[in-house]
Amino acid sequence: MAEKGGRKNPVAAFFGALGRDLAEIGRTFKEGDWRTKCSFLVMGFGPLARGKWLKGLAFLFSEIALIWFIVSNSQNYLYKFGSLGLVETAKVGRKTVYGDNSFLILLFSLLTIFAILFLILLWRLNLRENRKEEQLLRAGKKLESNARDFASLFDSNFDKTLLALPVLGVFVFTVLPIVFMICVAFTNYDKNHQAPSKLFTWVGMENFGNLFSFSSDGFGSTFITVLLWTLVWAFLATFIDYFLGIAVAILINKKGIRFKKLWRTILVMTIAVPQFVSLLYVAKLFDSDGLFNGWLIRAGIIESAIPFWTDPMLARILIIVINIWVGIPYLMLIATGLLMNIPEDLYESARIDGASPWQMFVSITMPYMFFVTGPFLLTQFTGNLNNFNVIFLLNQGNPKSMGMVGGAGSTDLLVTWLYKMTINDTNYKMAAVIGIMVFIVTAGISLVVYQMLPSVKDEEGFQ
Amino acid sequence: MSNENTGSMSKKRLISNIVSYIILILISIIWLFPFVGLVLNSFRSYQTEYGGMVDYMIPKQFSLDNYRFLFSGDTNYLRWYGNTIVIAIFVSALQTIIVLCVSYALSRMRFAGRTLLMRFWLILGMFPGFLTMICLYFLLKSMGLTQAGAIPGLILVSVASSGMGYYVCKGYFDTIPKALDEAARIDGASRARVFFTMTIPMSKPIIIYTALVAFMAPWCDYVFASYIAFGHDMSYNVAVAMQRWVWTGDYQGYFTRFCAGGVLVSIPITILFMLLQGYYVEGVTGGAVKG
Repeated sequence: MAEKGGRKNPVAAFFGALGRDLAEIGRTFKEGDWRTKCSFLVMGFGPLARGKWLKGLAFLFSEIALIWFIVSNSQNYLYKFGSLGLVETAKVGRKTVYGDNSFLILLFSLLTIFAILFLILLWRLNLRENRKEEQLLRAGKKLESNARDFASLFDSNFDKTLLALPVLGVFVFTVLPIVFMICVAFTNYDKNHQAPSKLFTWVGMENFGNLFSFSSDGFGSTFITVLLWTLVWAFLATFIDYFLGIAVAILINKKGIRFKKLWRTILVMTIAVPQFVSLLYVAKLFDSDGLFNGWLIRAGIIESAIPFWTDPMLARILIIVINIWVGIPYLMLIATGLLMNIPEDLYESARIDGASPWQMFVSITMPYMFFVTGPFLLTQFTGNLNNFNVIFLLNQGNPKSMGMVGGAGSTDLLVTWLYKMTINDTNYKMAAVIGIMVFIVTAGISLVVYQMLPSVKDEEGFQ
Repeated sequence: MSNENTGSMSKKRLISNIVSYIILILISIIWLFPFVGLVLNSFRSYQTEYGGMVDYMIPKQFSLDNYRFLFSGDTNYLRWYGNTIVIAIFVSALQTIIVLCVSYALSRMRFAGRTLLMRFWLILGMFPGFLTMICLYFLLKSMGLTQAGAIPGLILVSVASSGMGYYVCKGYFDTIPKALDEAARIDGASRARVFFTMTIPMSKPIIIYTALVAFMAPWCDYVFASYIAFGHDMSYNVAVAMQRWVWTGDYQGYFTRFCAGGVLVSIPITILFMLLQGYYVEGVTGGAVKG
């Protein structure tokens, strides 16, 4: 709604809304009867006193549960949030004296903070409910019955029923861990600070400083190398596959080509067979004692094995080539469907004007495809930035290089590097920093490119 | 055809078709090569020939040694296979239900915070999934769902966040005319009734697409599966176990066994995929156009 009158400053809009909300809360209290006033402390009191026990009890029980959770976790965790624990677990004589555990302190502090926010939200909803009921009664109308309230969960409030579980799942298994790891980026959690025997603590921006430090053990040069390769890889993997996929689709669609279904099915095999089978096998084909090297040596073409996976440049080229093998079938499927949507009379009139097939491809097919698949290309690109499977199954980001820190190899993407740091080095703090960097790169590219897409510009009226 | 001009035209077309066929045959050879190699390797005799990698493709002696090994008690292959099937079935069913719920709510209903939720999930999706691994591991561990309990743990993690993958399904729901919903609601049907008796029966293609994609994903799940089943052999899925055969030091002897195991995994998945291919194409194409 705020966007309607041109672009407002979002910060100003936020505080404006907050101010209006606070005024509304004040009005609710001032104009409210004793039931509403009690609801400021005991949530759901108003609805209960007005006979709406279903809503009232729901509010009351959530309040009790949340407050119980917050209180029981504050002592052990939330109060130590500032330091992430001071007492290390130590051995006194033969007994182990348990101290703090930074990991738990951080996790449960976050949970408690979320619980507090949720409580505030519920409290606000509770007030709104009170005000709504009062206004209804004052207007001389009757309140909805409890049964109707319940039935509304399957009708006008069906969205809440449908979304409750998915939103909770996303919160616990995505939001909470992500916030946790963002916090870890500002701590010194690594192999020397593993809970419970050692504690970790806040270090401010130190890890980000390390990421851009170009001294011998700084992450700067490795980060730049990996980032550049990630971008080059994503660009090549996306666009080479895109053009070749369309080309293959056109080839199969061509008039006079028979067994169209057979050709498509052969290509689609790549999608059907699980990647861990096909890619592991393909990776082994190019091994130094693999099939291709064996054949070439026996045929006398080469003396010793070509180091496909151990030479950085060869490995990079090979990965892009193998990714073409993986990517073409998808693009072929998508392009086949879309090509049929291009109006035939466009081609017909171009043919009458004497256009060559190549000219028609450049000035009819490609502009249409670009327009329709713009957003898809973008998701494809960001997907490739994070294409873990292809890189990891083929050669795990190797060959490793002496000049790189954090166990990075020449074909490592940011995500595979992140994975290695988590698993091999247990360098959680830098893994978290890299994760944030991946987010910044993905979000930045998406935002910039999305604004430039022709289909987005044209569709704005539709949205 | 009788005319000179069309004669040369058809000649030209003939040549271009021959070139196209040659290219297509070359493509087919390249695309099928790994699969043929995989199958041939899996039949190489373990007893008389080497179980590792060799520089020829066609085995000197065909045998079922490798398959016999998989079904013998010397390995947990059948257990791993069963684990993966269980995971795939549960993930497929639950994920489809969740995606349908989320898509319907976002496509049909207008509620406060709808666009906020969609934008928030879009942004969340830009964080790399592996970032959260250690935190998820801990959460699962505190519920007892790692190592020995890794199978339900994996299912839980895969299903919990699946609501964020609603795009294709919502796009499909958006194409079902709203007028149908309105008409039913005027007749007194509740939202839930509309959802269960109208929308779902009309969404067969997208349900099959969602279930198929969800069913295929666990067969490739290596990263998280290996992390939470760490060290507990009985909880591996096929991807984790086979990867270990190929990567650990003794892959030399296990290469043909990996091929045999891979063939057994691929056959049912490939058949299933080929049967439902039409739905897959529809889903992928629809998803690509809507972005």
